[in-house]
Amino acid sequence: MANGETKNFWVTLMAIDRRVIFLAVAIAVSLPLFLNISQTIYVSPEVTDLYDSLEKLQSGSKVLISFDYDPPSAPELQPMAVTVIEYCFRNDLKMILMGLWPQGPQQANQALETVVGEPPGASFEFNGKTYVYGEDWVNLGFQEGREFIIQRMGSSIAAAFPRDYAGTPVKELPLMRGVSNFNNIDYVFNLSAGTPGTVEWVQLAGDRFHATIGAANTAVQAPMIYPYYRAGQLTGILGGMKGAAEFEAVVGVVGKGTKFMLSQSFAHAIVILFIVVGNIAFFASGRKRRF
Amino acid sequence: MNLRPSTILVLVVSAILFVLSANSYGFALTLAAFFTLGIFSFLYKDNPMYKFCEAVFVGISAGYWFVSLYYQNLLAKLIDPLVADPVGSGAIPYYVVAILGIMMLMRLVPSIGWISRWPLSVIVGATAGLWFITYLQSNAMLQLQNTIMPIQEYAADGSLNWYQSIGNLTVMIGTITGVIYFFFSKEHKGAFGTSAKVGIWFLMITFGASFGYTVMSRMSLLIGRMDFLFGDWLQLIL
Repeated sequence: MANGETKNFWVTLMAIDRRVIFLAVAIAVSLPLFLNISQTIYVSPEVTDLYDSLEKLQSGSKVLISFDYDPPSAPELQPMAVTVIEYCFRNDLKMILMGLWPQGPQQANQALETVVGEPPGASFEFNGKTYVYGEDWVNLGFQEGREFIIQRMGSSIAAAFPRDYAGTPVKELPLMRGVSNFNNIDYVFNLSAGTPGTVEWVQLAGDRFHATIGAANTAVQAPMIYPYYRAGQLTGILGGMKGAAEFEAVVGVVGKGTKFMLSQSFAHAIVILFIVVGNIAFFASGRKRRF
Repeated sequence: MNLRPSTILVLVVSAILFVLSANSYGFALTLAAFFTLGIFSFLYKDNPMYKFCEAVFVGISAGYWFVSLYYQNLLAKLIDPLVADPVGSGAIPYYVVAILGIMMLMRLVPSIGWISRWPLSVIVGATAGLWFITYLQSNAMLQLQNTIMPIQEYAADGSLNWYQSIGNLTVMIGTITGVIYFFFSKEHKGAFGTSAKVGIWFLMITFGASFGYTVMSRMSLLIGRMDFLFGDWLQLIL
């Protein structure tokens, strides 16, 4: 190929229609969903630390799980929610579900439904054991007030959540008897997609009221949360879909996090390919950056 | 309306699947798929279907948040407590916040808009007071304390833990040079300027990592939608 023709090739490549790139990304993301290939998941220290902190809990311990996200963030956070709920059931941990985002409690119910296989109702069978609402788990629902709800929970959870998701007074729920504030909660697990979320849980529940916290975050939010983990303000972090897949691997669940990781890897590979090819084309076409 | 071939194709496919949706769940799935494809159609070109889906989304969001704020804030946190006990001593704080709320609405009347500054000053003062200690403790003191750490870390068997030691050294250099970059009272020249440049490198690497995470997050959302379209809707994924 002559030098001029080579240059033209790179120039043509530089001018490729963006829709071709969109199509390539769509194929890269969709194709693995149909493939039955397993990908090795390496578990990072922050996920191991979170798992270890959960493992320290005794049977019957009370775990508060706050669903601070809505459906747009569900692809990343819902697999983590499903896994942590399954972990709690397997290890006989009592769950107090709540949300600082309006759609959070619905996400909690959906995650329960995924684990149980049907809408949970007042009681259900799981792994040969009967679980009863109010005794083994409660859904406190959503309360407006953003981070000030956490602040209020530090003095009185019943004052922050007078009634549960179904309208039952919280004081009438057997699980909530003896639970007045964070002193009576053994572990706080926060699933967060923004504000209010992990930062507020760390600042108020963790640093002010000394609650033990583990966090699950969207990938966008994860870099902002890592300093809290490093400083010991969090027991561990699950960051994005990778975190979900790692958590599934360490707990021993094959869920959507693991399933989606192949698509994620394909998508990353194609993005890297486009960046490399784009840069080669940029320099090979003889263009110079204008400042 | 001049519909594009791509729009017509998506509409026809959606209409067929809409008819085939035998129950309310199927109907809901098809409706969700229709809006997903409608929003995705923007990737090809701006079109009426995208504009329709966008307008529906904006309208429903506004309605949803209005209803949510009314029931969760105004009704639950103000009207209900006042109706339950309108003359008791416990009602006084609710009257105070109700008056402050009404004062805030004065912004809508330009001639007396200045009244809204009073409730605004209460919000600013209370928020600043509440968060000052919180941020000082969680984001300044604890983070600063964690930056002060030994450069040499040793493993349990007494050998040097290179991985941890290099990590600690990196955190120390990154923190110091990063702070130097944001120190503008001295000109960035000589050793000071070199340190500031190192600080820029650390910042750039941080932004790069953050951007990488953002790409991963956006890809996750796309994967979620594709899983919905091929799995939940079309039932092609087992």
